[in-house]
Amino acid sequence: MYFESLASVWYMDGHGFYVWLAYALTALPLVFMVWLPIKRMQQHWRWLQAEQRRAAAATANQASVMGSDV
Amino acid sequence: MAPVGALLRAVRRYNTSMWTFIHKLGSPPWFFGFSGSLVRWLLPITVTLLLVGAIWGLLVAPPDFRQGNSYRIIYIHVPAAVVALAGYYVMAFAGAVSLIWRIRMADVTMRAAAPVGAILTAIALVTGAIWGKPTWGTWWVWDARITSMLILLFLYLGVVALFEAYENKTAAARACAVLSLVGTVNIPIIYKSVDWWYSLHQPASIKFTGESAIDASMLYPLLLMIVAFYCLFVLALLLNMRAELVWTHRESGWLKQLVGDT
Repeated sequence: MYFESLASVWYMDGHGFYVWLAYALTALPLVFMVWLPIKRMQQHWRWLQAEQRRAAAATANQASVMGSDV
Repeated sequence: MAPVGALLRAVRRYNTSMWTFIHKLGSPPWFFGFSGSLVRWLLPITVTLLLVGAIWGLLVAPPDFRQGNSYRIIYIHVPAAVVALAGYYVMAFAGAVSLIWRIRMADVTMRAAAPVGAILTAIALVTGAIWGKPTWGTWWVWDARITSMLILLFLYLGVVALFEAYENKTAAARACAVLSLVGTVNIPIIYKSVDWWYSLHQPASIKFTGESAIDASMLYPLLLMIVAFYCLFVLALLLNMRAELVWTHRESGWLKQLVGDT
């Protein structure tokens, strides 16, 4: 550990603003870059699940309608 | 001669398994399963490496004797720039494979690499500008290294935009592959720019041959961060490819089965 106090970590002998700004502007897009495709994948996956349920319900409905005719 | 024979057999076996592996990568269902298990490992590993590297670089490493604490930006600036360049090779190589062998998975790889590379290049430029202010006294200068990195950003964004511009996605992929291959010219220019037109940007501190111009106490966290950014690139690439595959293969039996099982 190079720094002695939390305040000196923040201040960094006058360079704190630049260092922390650079790290913040890196962290944000990196999180975004990983989170976005995960979110997109989940949305697609849920849509596909709903689609399968719709298809199954439609088949079941069809079967019950045909059953009542007999 | 027995050891030589054993060695040759081992090489042949490795060679065969490598080619089998490459062929499997071209198959979407196999890739989907493989990348799924890889991502589950890679995500916690990448997060740990990034956190350890950042804390080491920010808090543990000593300050630079000339630049003071502002040099700590190196731990994100250099890894982002290095992986942005490596990512371009991945994109251009995938583009070449797509053009020559018409493998669909190569298209998917090429397009998944473009936004990741663009973000990393932008990070390298932004952190470089912030580092430049206390070090050079200016946010921006039309230095050869900086300008060629800006061109790299435009090439990445160009691939993203070009794909969206075409209605016919097969033609779009072909145009993107040609653009990324032509843009490869820029990569050696970026590497060599600090030596050919030396103005403000400092030359490389890490050398593969000969001694690095950086002390071990500063070098180790930097190497760790470079590894972390490589992991991050692979992770983001795989995640983009998986999200894309789920959508383009929504009518495929293998995917319907996977979705039905969850």
